[in-house]
Amino acid sequence: MINDLPLPVTNDPVDHGFWASALQSQLVVQRCSGCRLLRFPPRPMCPKCQSSDSGWQVMSGRGKVWSFATPASPLLPAFEALTPYVTAVVSLDEHEDLRVVGPLLLAPGGDIQGVRADQLSIGQAVSIEFKRLADDVALPCWVLEPSGRQGE
Amino acid sequence: MLKDQTAIVGIGETRFAKRLEDTEWALACQAIKAALDDAGIDPSEVDAMGCFNQETTPEFDIARSLGFGDVHFFNQVAHGGGAACGVLGQVAMAVACGVANVGVVWRSRKRGDPSKRQWAGVQPRIADHWKWSRPHGLLRPVDEVAVTMRRYMHEFNVTREQLATVALSQRAYANNNPKAIMADKTLSLDDYLSGRMISDPLCLYDNCLESDGAIALVLVRSTDVDRHQQPVYLHAFSQGMSPQHQLMTDYHGHNPLQSSSWTTAANLWRQSDIQPSDIKLAQIYDAFSPMILYCLEAYGFCGRGEAADFIADGGMSQQGRLPVNTSGGSLSEVYLHGMNLLTEAVRQLRGEAANQVAAADSCLVATCDSTPNGAVVLRR
Repeated sequence: MINDLPLPVTNDPVDHGFWASALQSQLVVQRCSGCRLLRFPPRPMCPKCQSSDSGWQVMSGRGKVWSFATPASPLLPAFEALTPYVTAVVSLDEHEDLRVVGPLLLAPGGDIQGVRADQLSIGQAVSIEFKRLADDVALPCWVLEPSGRQGE
Repeated sequence: MLKDQTAIVGIGETRFAKRLEDTEWALACQAIKAALDDAGIDPSEVDAMGCFNQETTPEFDIARSLGFGDVHFFNQVAHGGGAACGVLGQVAMAVACGVANVGVVWRSRKRGDPSKRQWAGVQPRIADHWKWSRPHGLLRPVDEVAVTMRRYMHEFNVTREQLATVALSQRAYANNNPKAIMADKTLSLDDYLSGRMISDPLCLYDNCLESDGAIALVLVRSTDVDRHQQPVYLHAFSQGMSPQHQLMTDYHGHNPLQSSSWTTAANLWRQSDIQPSDIKLAQIYDAFSPMILYCLEAYGFCGRGEAADFIADGGMSQQGRLPVNTSGGSLSEVYLHGMNLLTEAVRQLRGEAANQVAAADSCLVATCDSTPNGAVVLRR
Protein backbone atom coordinates (compact mmCIF):
# COMPACT_ATOMS: atom_id res chain seq x y z
CA MET A 1 0.00 0.00 0.00
CA ILE A 2 1.47 3.35 -1.04
CA ASN A 3 2.05 6.06 1.56
CA ASP A 4 1.99 9.15 -0.65
CA LEU A 5 -0.87 10.48 -2.74
CA PRO A 6 -1.07 8.70 -6.08
CA LEU A 7 -0.20 11.07 -8.92
CA PRO A 8 -1.06 11.09 -12.62
CA VAL A 9 1.39 10.09 -15.31
CA THR A 10 1.99 13.43 -17.07
CA ASN A 11 4.16 12.55 -20.07
CA ASP A 12 1.52 10.76 -22.11
CA PRO A 13 1.40 12.65 -25.43
CA VAL A 14 -2.41 12.58 -25.38
CA ASP A 15 -2.71 14.68 -22.23
CA HIS A 16 0.74 16.17 -21.63
CA GLY A 17 -0.63 19.57 -22.72
CA PHE A 18 -3.15 19.55 -19.88
CA TRP A 19 -0.53 18.90 -17.22
CA ALA A 20 1.93 21.38 -18.73
CA SER A 21 -0.75 24.09 -18.62
CA ALA A 22 -1.69 23.07 -15.09
CA LEU A 23 1.87 23.90 -14.01
CA GLN A 24 1.15 27.40 -15.37
CA SER A 25 -2.13 27.48 -13.38
CA GLN A 26 -4.19 27.35 -16.54
CA LEU A 27 -7.12 25.00 -17.13
CA VAL A 28 -7.19 23.82 -20.73
CA VAL A 29 -9.33 21.30 -22.56
CA GLN A 30 -8.83 19.81 -25.99
CA ARG A 31 -10.42 21.55 -28.93
CA CYS A 32 -10.89 19.59 -32.13
CA SER A 33 -9.12 21.28 -35.05
CA GLY A 34 -11.77 19.93 -37.40
CA CYS A 35 -15.17 20.59 -35.81
CA ARG A 36 -14.05 22.68 -32.80
CA LEU A 37 -15.75 20.36 -30.29
CA LEU A 38 -14.34 20.82 -26.81
CA ARG A 39 -13.56 17.55 -25.05
CA PHE A 40 -12.37 16.38 -21.66
CA PRO A 41 -10.69 14.17 -20.53
CA PRO A 42 -8.22 14.20 -23.44
CA ARG A 43 -8.44 11.58 -26.17
CA PRO A 44 -6.45 11.03 -29.37
CA MET A 45 -9.49 11.38 -31.67
CA CYS A 46 -12.56 13.58 -31.83
CA PRO A 47 -15.66 11.47 -31.09
CA LYS A 48 -17.76 13.73 -33.33
CA CYS A 49 -15.71 14.16 -36.53
CA GLN A 50 -12.88 11.63 -35.96
CA SER A 51 -10.18 14.21 -36.56
CA SER A 52 -6.85 13.40 -34.91
CA ASP A 53 -5.83 17.07 -34.89
CA SER A 54 -6.53 19.06 -31.77
CA GLY A 55 -5.24 21.99 -29.80
CA TRP A 56 -5.67 23.26 -26.26
CA GLN A 57 -8.19 25.92 -25.36
CA VAL A 58 -7.89 27.90 -22.17
CA MET A 59 -11.01 27.79 -20.01
CA SER A 60 -12.21 30.47 -17.63
CA GLY A 61 -11.63 28.06 -14.75
CA ARG A 62 -15.10 28.76 -13.43
CA GLY A 63 -17.87 26.28 -12.98
CA LYS A 64 -20.63 24.94 -10.80
CA VAL A 65 -20.62 21.94 -8.48
CA TRP A 66 -22.34 19.02 -10.25
CA SER A 67 -21.90 16.75 -7.25
CA PHE A 68 -19.35 15.78 -4.63
CA ALA A 69 -18.23 13.06 -2.23
CA THR A 70 -16.74 13.10 1.25
CA PRO A 71 -14.59 9.96 1.51
CA ALA A 72 -14.01 8.52 4.99
CA SER A 73 -12.10 5.51 6.37
CA PRO A 74 -10.82 3.11 5.21
CA LEU A 75 -8.58 5.00 2.78
CA LEU A 76 -4.97 4.95 1.68
CA PRO A 77 -2.78 6.56 4.37
CA ALA A 78 -2.25 9.78 2.39
CA PHE A 79 -6.00 10.26 2.03
CA GLU A 80 -6.67 9.32 5.67
CA ALA A 81 -4.36 12.20 6.59
CA LEU A 82 -6.47 14.56 4.45
CA THR A 83 -9.82 13.77 6.08
CA PRO A 84 -12.15 15.49 6.33
CA TYR A 85 -12.00 16.47 2.67
CA VAL A 86 -14.48 16.93 -0.15
CA THR A 87 -13.93 16.06 -3.80
CA ALA A 88 -16.21 17.77 -6.27
CA VAL A 89 -17.20 17.08 -9.85
CA VAL A 90 -17.60 20.50 -11.46
CA SER A 91 -19.39 21.44 -14.69
CA LEU A 92 -17.42 24.15 -16.47
CA ASP A 93 -19.21 27.39 -17.34
CA GLU A 94 -18.14 26.99 -20.98
CA HIS A 95 -20.23 23.80 -21.33
CA GLU A 96 -22.05 21.85 -18.64
CA ASP A 97 -20.97 18.50 -20.13
CA LEU A 98 -17.31 19.39 -19.51
CA ARG A 99 -16.82 18.12 -15.96
CA VAL A 100 -13.56 18.28 -14.04
CA VAL A 101 -12.89 16.50 -10.76
CA GLY A 102 -10.97 18.22 -7.99
CA PRO A 103 -10.75 18.52 -4.22
CA LEU A 104 -12.24 21.60 -2.64
CA LEU A 105 -10.08 24.19 -0.88
CA LEU A 106 -11.60 26.19 1.97
CA ALA A 107 -10.04 29.39 0.69
CA PRO A 108 -7.72 30.49 -2.11
CA GLY A 109 -4.32 28.97 -1.38
CA GLY A 110 -5.90 26.89 1.38
CA ASP A 111 -5.66 23.24 2.32
CA ILE A 112 -7.55 20.22 1.02
CA GLN A 113 -7.77 18.92 4.57
CA GLY A 114 -10.47 20.36 6.79
CA VAL A 115 -13.31 20.90 4.32
CA ARG A 116 -16.68 19.48 5.35
CA ALA A 117 -19.67 18.48 3.24
CA ASP A 118 -21.95 21.09 4.80
CA GLN A 119 -19.70 23.83 3.44
CA LEU A 120 -20.88 23.39 -0.13
CA SER A 121 -23.91 22.37 -2.12
CA ILE A 122 -24.77 21.24 -5.61
CA GLY A 123 -24.97 24.16 -8.02
CA GLN A 124 -22.56 26.36 -6.08
CA ALA A 125 -20.13 28.49 -8.10
CA VAL A 126 -16.45 27.57 -7.85
CA SER A 127 -13.22 28.59 -9.53
CA ILE A 128 -10.12 26.56 -10.20
CA GLU A 129 -6.78 26.66 -8.45
CA PHE A 130 -3.85 24.35 -9.02
CA LYS A 131 -1.96 22.73 -6.15
CA ARG A 132 1.64 21.74 -6.82
CA LEU A 133 2.20 18.13 -5.69
CA ALA A 134 5.37 17.25 -7.64
CA ASP A 135 7.76 18.82 -10.17
CA ASP A 136 5.46 17.72 -12.98
CA VAL A 137 2.09 17.69 -11.21
CA ALA A 138 -0.21 20.59 -10.38
CA LEU A 139 -3.55 19.16 -9.31
CA PRO A 140 -6.77 20.97 -10.25
CA CYS A 141 -8.62 22.01 -7.08
CA TRP A 142 -11.77 24.07 -6.59
CA VAL A 143 -12.38 27.13 -4.44
CA LEU A 144 -15.84 28.39 -3.50
CA GLU A 145 -16.59 31.71 -5.09
CA PRO A 146 -17.79 34.51 -2.82
CA SER A 147 -21.56 34.38 -2.46
CA GLY A 148 -23.41 36.36 -5.07
CA ARG A 149 -22.54 34.23 -8.06
CA GLN A 150 -24.94 31.37 -7.49
CA GLY A 151 -25.60 28.53 -9.84
CA GLU A 152 -28.84 26.76 -10.66
CA MET B 1 -31.23 -15.41 -32.49
CA LEU B 2 -29.91 -16.67 -29.21
CA LYS B 3 -33.41 -16.82 -27.73
CA ASP B 4 -34.01 -19.97 -25.64
CA GLN B 5 -31.37 -21.92 -27.55
CA THR B 6 -29.32 -22.64 -24.44
CA ALA B 7 -30.18 -23.65 -20.91
CA ILE B 8 -28.45 -23.52 -17.55
CA VAL B 9 -28.56 -27.09 -16.24
CA GLY B 10 -26.16 -26.93 -13.31
CA ILE B 11 -25.20 -24.56 -10.53
CA GLY B 12 -22.51 -25.00 -7.90
CA GLU B 13 -21.18 -23.01 -4.98
CA THR B 14 -18.63 -23.29 -2.24
CA ARG B 15 -19.32 -22.16 1.29
CA PHE B 16 -19.32 -18.36 1.62
CA ALA B 17 -17.35 -16.68 4.41
CA LYS B 18 -15.26 -13.69 5.37
CA ARG B 19 -12.30 -16.02 5.13
CA LEU B 20 -11.83 -19.45 3.58
CA GLU B 21 -8.59 -21.38 3.81
CA ASP B 22 -8.59 -22.85 0.31
CA THR B 23 -6.96 -21.04 -2.63
CA GLU B 24 -8.99 -19.39 -5.39
CA TRP B 25 -7.82 -22.24 -7.65
CA ALA B 26 -9.15 -24.89 -5.27
CA LEU B 27 -12.40 -23.02 -4.67
CA ALA B 28 -12.98 -22.67 -8.41
CA CYS B 29 -12.53 -26.41 -8.87
CA GLN B 30 -14.96 -27.18 -6.05
CA ALA B 31 -17.67 -24.88 -7.42
CA ILE B 32 -17.31 -26.16 -10.99
CA LYS B 33 -17.39 -29.79 -9.85
CA ALA B 34 -20.51 -29.09 -7.81
CA ALA B 35 -22.18 -27.46 -10.82
CA LEU B 36 -21.29 -30.41 -13.07
CA ASP B 37 -22.60 -32.85 -10.47
CA ASP B 38 -25.81 -30.82 -10.29
CA ALA B 39 -26.12 -31.13 -14.07
CA GLY B 40 -25.12 -34.80 -14.12
CA ILE B 41 -22.37 -34.04 -16.62
CA ASP B 42 -18.88 -35.58 -16.52
CA PRO B 43 -16.00 -33.07 -16.51
CA SER B 44 -14.56 -34.72 -19.63
CA GLU B 45 -17.56 -33.42 -21.59
CA VAL B 46 -16.87 -29.73 -20.90
CA ASP B 47 -15.49 -27.96 -23.97
CA ALA B 48 -16.32 -24.28 -23.39
CA MET B 49 -15.07 -22.13 -20.52
CA GLY B 50 -15.85 -18.56 -19.55
CA CYS B 51 -14.58 -16.45 -16.69
CA PHE B 52 -13.79 -12.91 -15.55
CA ASN B 53 -10.50 -11.44 -16.75
CA GLN B 54 -9.77 -10.74 -13.08
CA GLU B 55 -9.73 -14.48 -12.36
CA THR B 56 -6.29 -15.35 -10.95
CA THR B 57 -6.36 -18.97 -12.13
CA PRO B 58 -5.91 -19.44 -15.90
CA GLU B 59 -8.29 -21.71 -17.79
CA PHE B 60 -5.66 -24.37 -18.39
CA ASP B 61 -5.08 -24.81 -14.68
CA ILE B 62 -8.82 -25.23 -14.17
CA ALA B 63 -9.16 -27.63 -17.11
CA ARG B 64 -6.23 -29.86 -16.16
CA SER B 65 -7.37 -29.99 -12.54
CA LEU B 66 -10.96 -30.98 -13.25
CA GLY B 67 -10.02 -33.32 -16.10
CA PHE B 68 -11.65 -31.53 -19.00
CA GLY B 69 -11.01 -33.09 -22.40
CA ASP B 70 -10.56 -31.16 -25.64
CA VAL B 71 -11.67 -27.56 -24.98
CA HIS B 72 -12.97 -25.62 -27.99
CA PHE B 73 -13.91 -22.20 -26.65
CA PHE B 74 -12.70 -19.98 -23.83
CA ASN B 75 -13.36 -16.33 -23.12
CA GLN B 76 -12.75 -13.77 -20.43
CA VAL B 77 -14.82 -10.68 -19.84
CA ALA B 78 -13.50 -7.47 -18.33
CA HIS B 79 -14.85 -4.85 -15.93
CA GLY B 80 -15.48 -6.77 -12.71
CA GLY B 81 -19.04 -6.26 -11.59
CA GLY B 82 -20.19 -5.72 -15.15
CA ALA B 83 -18.88 -9.07 -16.39
CA ALA B 84 -21.02 -11.93 -15.05
CA CYS B 85 -23.77 -11.88 -17.69
CA GLY B 86 -21.24 -11.23 -20.44
CA VAL B 87 -19.32 -14.35 -19.46
CA LEU B 88 -22.50 -16.43 -19.49
CA GLY B 89 -23.88 -14.89 -22.68
CA GLN B 90 -20.68 -15.31 -24.68
CA VAL B 91 -20.37 -18.97 -23.73
CA ALA B 92 -24.05 -19.38 -24.59
CA MET B 93 -23.43 -17.95 -28.06
CA ALA B 94 -20.53 -20.35 -28.62
CA VAL B 95 -22.67 -23.30 -27.52
CA ALA B 96 -25.77 -22.17 -29.41
CA CYS B 97 -23.94 -21.87 -32.71
CA GLY B 98 -22.17 -25.19 -32.33
CA VAL B 99 -18.59 -24.14 -31.70
CA ALA B 100 -18.81 -26.08 -28.45
CA ASN B 101 -21.30 -28.27 -26.59
CA VAL B 102 -20.95 -27.95 -22.83
CA GLY B 103 -19.98 -24.66 -21.20
CA VAL B 104 -18.92 -23.78 -17.69
CA VAL B 105 -18.62 -20.27 -16.31
CA TRP B 106 -17.27 -19.40 -12.90
CA ARG B 107 -15.97 -16.78 -10.49
CA SER B 108 -13.64 -17.61 -7.63
CA ARG B 109 -12.54 -14.86 -5.36
CA LYS B 110 -10.95 -14.22 -1.99
CA ARG B 111 -11.40 -10.63 -0.93
CA GLY B 112 -12.15 -10.89 2.76
CA ASP B 113 -8.53 -9.85 3.36
CA PRO B 114 -8.48 -6.00 3.33
CA SER B 115 -5.15 -5.95 1.46
CA LYS B 116 -6.90 -7.64 -1.49
CA ARG B 117 -9.19 -4.68 -2.10
CA GLN B 118 -8.43 -3.20 -5.47
CA TRP B 119 -8.09 0.38 -4.33
CA ALA B 120 -5.50 -0.72 -1.79
CA GLY B 121 -3.25 -1.62 -4.72
CA VAL B 122 -3.25 1.86 -6.31
CA GLN B 123 0.21 2.62 -7.71
CA PRO B 124 2.24 5.81 -7.10
CA ARG B 125 1.60 6.95 -10.69
CA ILE B 126 -1.72 6.39 -12.47
CA ALA B 127 -1.65 6.04 -16.26
CA ASP B 128 -5.24 5.07 -17.10
CA HIS B 129 -8.48 7.09 -16.93
CA TRP B 130 -8.38 7.07 -13.14
CA LYS B 131 -5.63 9.71 -13.36
CA TRP B 132 -8.52 12.21 -13.66
CA SER B 133 -10.14 11.36 -10.32
CA ARG B 134 -8.05 9.25 -7.94
CA PRO B 135 -5.27 11.75 -7.21
CA HIS B 136 -8.10 14.23 -6.62
CA GLY B 137 -9.58 12.15 -3.82
CA LEU B 138 -12.10 9.79 -5.42
CA LEU B 139 -10.05 6.78 -4.43
CA ARG B 140 -12.51 3.89 -4.19
CA PRO B 141 -15.54 2.69 -6.14
CA VAL B 142 -17.75 3.80 -3.23
CA ASP B 143 -16.51 7.37 -3.67
CA GLU B 144 -17.27 7.23 -7.38
CA VAL B 145 -20.83 6.04 -6.75
CA ALA B 146 -21.32 8.51 -3.87
CA VAL B 147 -20.86 11.28 -6.46
CA THR B 148 -23.67 10.04 -8.69
CA MET B 149 -25.95 9.18 -5.76
CA ARG B 150 -25.62 12.63 -4.21
CA ARG B 151 -26.62 14.11 -7.57
CA TYR B 152 -29.49 11.62 -7.92
CA MET B 153 -30.79 12.48 -4.44
CA HIS B 154 -30.57 16.16 -5.33
CA GLU B 155 -32.40 15.84 -8.65
CA PHE B 156 -35.16 13.54 -7.41
CA ASN B 157 -35.52 14.55 -3.74
CA VAL B 158 -34.53 11.16 -2.43
CA THR B 159 -33.84 10.62 1.28
CA ARG B 160 -31.43 8.30 3.08
CA GLU B 161 -34.46 6.66 4.66
CA GLN B 162 -35.66 5.68 1.19
CA LEU B 163 -32.22 4.47 0.11
CA ALA B 164 -32.06 2.39 3.31
CA THR B 165 -34.82 0.20 1.89
CA VAL B 166 -32.27 -1.52 -0.34
CA ALA B 167 -30.03 -2.61 2.52
CA LEU B 168 -32.97 -3.49 4.80
CA SER B 169 -34.83 -5.51 2.16
CA GLN B 170 -31.78 -7.49 1.19
CA ARG B 171 -30.84 -8.14 4.80
CA ALA B 172 -34.35 -9.48 5.43
CA TYR B 173 -33.87 -11.90 2.53
CA ALA B 174 -30.44 -12.93 3.87
CA ASN B 175 -31.92 -13.56 7.33
CA ASN B 176 -33.94 -16.35 5.74
CA ASN B 177 -31.09 -17.73 3.60
CA PRO B 178 -28.85 -20.09 5.61
CA LYS B 179 -25.99 -19.71 3.09
CA ALA B 180 -25.88 -15.92 3.46
CA ILE B 181 -22.93 -14.50 5.37
CA MET B 182 -25.39 -12.16 7.12
CA ALA B 183 -27.97 -14.90 7.79
CA ASP B 184 -27.86 -14.33 11.54
CA LYS B 185 -27.44 -10.55 11.65
CA THR B 186 -30.57 -8.45 11.51
CA LEU B 187 -30.53 -4.82 10.37
CA SER B 188 -32.92 -2.06 11.48
CA LEU B 189 -33.47 1.42 10.11
CA ASP B 190 -31.85 2.80 13.27
CA ASP B 191 -28.81 0.58 12.67
CA TYR B 192 -28.65 1.88 9.12
CA LEU B 193 -28.99 5.56 9.99
CA SER B 194 -26.40 5.31 12.76
CA GLY B 195 -23.97 3.31 10.64
CA ARG B 196 -20.69 5.04 9.91
CA MET B 197 -20.35 6.94 6.67
CA ILE B 198 -17.93 5.46 4.16
CA SER B 199 -18.48 8.13 1.53
CA ASP B 200 -21.40 10.42 2.33
CA PRO B 201 -24.25 9.80 1.41
CA LEU B 202 -23.25 6.12 1.42
CA CYS B 203 -22.82 4.41 4.79
CA LEU B 204 -21.40 1.03 5.73
CA TYR B 205 -24.65 -0.79 4.88
CA ASP B 206 -24.76 0.63 1.36
CA ASN B 207 -21.54 -1.28 0.62
CA CYS B 208 -21.25 -4.90 -0.44
CA LEU B 209 -19.59 -7.49 1.75
CA GLU B 210 -15.95 -8.40 1.30
CA SER B 211 -15.89 -12.15 1.16
CA ASP B 212 -14.42 -15.43 -0.07
CA GLY B 213 -16.05 -18.11 -2.20
CA ALA B 214 -16.66 -19.47 -5.68
CA ILE B 215 -19.68 -20.01 -7.92
CA ALA B 216 -20.09 -21.88 -11.22
CA LEU B 217 -22.83 -22.59 -13.76
CA VAL B 218 -23.12 -25.19 -16.52
CA LEU B 219 -24.84 -24.47 -19.81
CA VAL B 220 -25.82 -26.67 -22.78
CA ARG B 221 -27.92 -26.40 -25.95
CA SER B 222 -31.61 -26.65 -25.16
CA THR B 223 -31.90 -29.62 -27.51
CA ASP B 224 -29.32 -31.45 -25.39
CA VAL B 225 -31.15 -31.06 -22.07
CA ASP B 226 -31.90 -34.51 -20.65
CA ARG B 227 -34.83 -35.60 -18.54
CA HIS B 228 -32.87 -35.57 -15.29
CA GLN B 229 -32.03 -31.88 -15.61
CA GLN B 230 -34.08 -28.82 -14.59
CA PRO B 231 -33.35 -26.39 -17.40
CA VAL B 232 -33.47 -22.62 -16.98
CA TYR B 233 -33.45 -21.07 -20.45
CA LEU B 234 -31.37 -18.09 -21.48
CA HIS B 235 -34.09 -16.11 -23.20
CA ALA B 236 -32.29 -12.84 -23.98
CA PHE B 237 -28.80 -11.44 -23.57
CA SER B 238 -27.00 -8.21 -24.22
CA GLN B 239 -23.88 -6.44 -23.15
CA GLY B 240 -23.87 -2.67 -23.05
CA MET B 241 -21.63 0.36 -23.02
CA SER B 242 -23.20 3.81 -23.32
CA PRO B 243 -21.90 6.63 -25.52
CA GLN B 244 -18.98 8.48 -23.87
CA HIS B 245 -18.94 5.87 -21.08
CA GLN B 246 -15.98 5.89 -18.71
CA LEU B 247 -15.53 2.99 -16.28
CA MET B 248 -16.90 3.84 -12.80
CA THR B 249 -16.19 7.57 -13.24
CA ASP B 250 -18.84 7.97 -15.92
CA TYR B 251 -18.99 11.73 -15.37
CA HIS B 252 -18.16 13.05 -18.81
CA GLY B 253 -21.11 12.13 -20.99
CA HIS B 254 -24.22 14.22 -21.51
CA ASN B 255 -26.09 12.64 -18.58
CA PRO B 256 -23.93 10.82 -16.04
CA LEU B 257 -27.09 9.45 -14.41
CA GLN B 258 -27.82 7.47 -17.56
CA SER B 259 -25.02 4.94 -17.78
CA SER B 260 -24.47 1.61 -19.54
CA SER B 261 -27.59 -0.08 -18.15
CA TRP B 262 -29.74 2.07 -20.43
CA THR B 263 -27.89 0.74 -23.46
CA THR B 264 -28.04 -2.86 -22.25
CA ALA B 265 -31.72 -2.65 -21.35
CA ALA B 266 -32.84 -1.35 -24.74
CA ASN B 267 -31.10 -4.13 -26.62
CA LEU B 268 -32.16 -6.78 -24.11
CA TRP B 269 -35.87 -5.95 -24.31
CA ARG B 270 -35.62 -5.66 -28.11
CA GLN B 271 -34.73 -9.34 -28.23
CA SER B 272 -37.06 -10.52 -25.49
CA ASP B 273 -40.63 -11.80 -25.74
CA ILE B 274 -40.79 -11.26 -21.99
CA GLN B 275 -41.06 -7.55 -21.25
CA PRO B 276 -40.52 -5.61 -17.99
CA SER B 277 -44.24 -5.78 -17.16
CA ASP B 278 -44.05 -9.60 -17.41
CA ILE B 279 -40.93 -10.03 -15.28
CA LYS B 280 -41.68 -11.55 -11.86
CA LEU B 281 -38.40 -10.82 -10.09
CA ALA B 282 -34.93 -9.42 -10.68
CA GLN B 283 -31.39 -9.90 -9.50
CA ILE B 284 -29.50 -6.62 -9.83
CA TYR B 285 -25.81 -6.07 -9.19
CA ASP B 286 -25.40 -4.27 -5.91
CA ALA B 287 -21.82 -3.54 -5.00
CA PHE B 288 -23.46 -0.33 -3.73
CA SER B 289 -27.14 0.13 -2.97
CA PRO B 290 -27.75 3.05 -5.40
CA MET B 291 -27.22 0.67 -8.30
CA ILE B 292 -30.59 -0.92 -7.53
CA LEU B 293 -32.34 2.42 -8.01
CA TYR B 294 -30.43 3.19 -11.20
CA CYS B 295 -31.21 -0.22 -12.71
CA LEU B 296 -34.90 -0.27 -11.75
CA GLU B 297 -35.27 2.83 -13.91
CA ALA B 298 -32.88 1.81 -16.70
CA TYR B 299 -34.57 -1.57 -17.16
CA GLY B 300 -38.01 0.02 -17.27
CA PHE B 301 -39.59 -1.05 -13.98
CA CYS B 302 -40.27 2.55 -13.04
CA GLY B 303 -39.90 6.03 -14.52
CA ARG B 304 -37.04 8.48 -14.03
CA GLY B 305 -36.66 9.41 -10.41
CA GLU B 306 -39.37 7.00 -9.25
CA ALA B 307 -37.24 4.11 -8.01
CA ALA B 308 -36.90 5.40 -4.45
CA ASP B 309 -40.66 5.58 -4.03
CA PHE B 310 -40.99 2.18 -5.71
CA ILE B 311 -38.76 0.47 -3.15
CA ALA B 312 -39.91 2.54 -0.17
CA ASP B 313 -43.44 1.32 -0.93
CA GLY B 314 -42.21 -2.28 -0.65
CA GLY B 315 -41.69 -2.90 -4.35
CA MET B 316 -38.53 -5.00 -3.96
CA SER B 317 -39.73 -7.13 -1.04
CA GLN B 318 -40.91 -10.71 -1.38
CA GLN B 319 -44.56 -9.65 -1.65
CA GLY B 320 -43.77 -6.57 -3.74
CA ARG B 321 -44.25 -5.85 -7.43
CA LEU B 322 -40.67 -6.94 -8.22
CA PRO B 323 -38.72 -8.87 -5.57
CA VAL B 324 -35.04 -7.95 -6.01
CA ASN B 325 -31.91 -9.77 -4.84
CA THR B 326 -33.86 -12.45 -3.05
CA SER B 327 -30.79 -14.28 -1.68
CA GLY B 328 -29.54 -11.14 0.06
CA GLY B 329 -27.34 -10.17 -2.88
CA SER B 330 -23.87 -8.70 -2.61
CA LEU B 331 -24.89 -6.58 0.37
CA SER B 332 -25.92 -9.48 2.58
CA GLU B 333 -25.38 -12.92 1.00
CA VAL B 334 -21.89 -12.84 -0.51
CA TYR B 335 -19.87 -10.57 -2.77
CA LEU B 336 -18.62 -12.60 -5.71
CA HIS B 337 -18.84 -9.96 -8.41
CA GLY B 338 -22.54 -10.74 -8.85
CA MET B 339 -22.28 -14.42 -9.79
CA ASN B 340 -24.60 -15.23 -6.87
CA LEU B 341 -27.29 -13.24 -8.68
CA LEU B 342 -27.22 -15.80 -11.50
CA THR B 343 -27.39 -18.83 -9.23
CA GLU B 344 -30.21 -17.26 -7.21
CA ALA B 345 -32.14 -16.62 -10.43
CA VAL B 346 -31.76 -20.29 -11.35
CA ARG B 347 -32.91 -21.44 -7.90
CA GLN B 348 -35.95 -19.17 -8.11
CA LEU B 349 -36.89 -20.49 -11.55
CA ARG B 350 -36.45 -24.06 -10.32
CA GLY B 351 -38.68 -23.26 -7.35
CA GLU B 352 -35.88 -24.05 -4.86
CA ALA B 353 -35.01 -20.63 -3.43
CA ALA B 354 -34.87 -19.87 0.29
CA ASN B 355 -37.14 -16.88 -0.34
CA GLN B 356 -39.18 -18.43 -3.10
CA VAL B 357 -41.25 -15.99 -5.13
CA ALA B 358 -44.64 -17.44 -6.04
CA ALA B 359 -45.07 -18.22 -9.73
CA ALA B 360 -41.51 -17.17 -10.58
CA ASP B 361 -41.30 -17.98 -14.27
CA SER B 362 -38.90 -15.30 -15.52
CA CYS B 363 -36.08 -13.29 -13.99
CA LEU B 364 -33.90 -10.39 -15.07
CA VAL B 365 -30.26 -10.56 -14.04
CA ALA B 366 -28.44 -7.26 -14.51
CA THR B 367 -24.82 -6.43 -13.78
CA CYS B 368 -22.98 -3.30 -12.63
CA ASP B 369 -24.66 -0.05 -13.68
CA SER B 370 -21.44 1.98 -13.54
CA THR B 371 -19.26 -0.11 -15.86
CA PRO B 372 -19.55 -1.66 -19.30
CA ASN B 373 -22.00 -4.38 -18.36
CA GLY B 374 -24.48 -7.04 -19.44
CA ALA B 375 -27.81 -8.56 -18.56
CA VAL B 376 -29.87 -11.67 -19.24
CA VAL B 377 -33.52 -12.64 -19.12
CA LEU B 378 -33.84 -16.17 -17.78
CA ARG B 379 -37.05 -18.20 -17.92
CA ARG B 380 -38.36 -21.50 -16.76
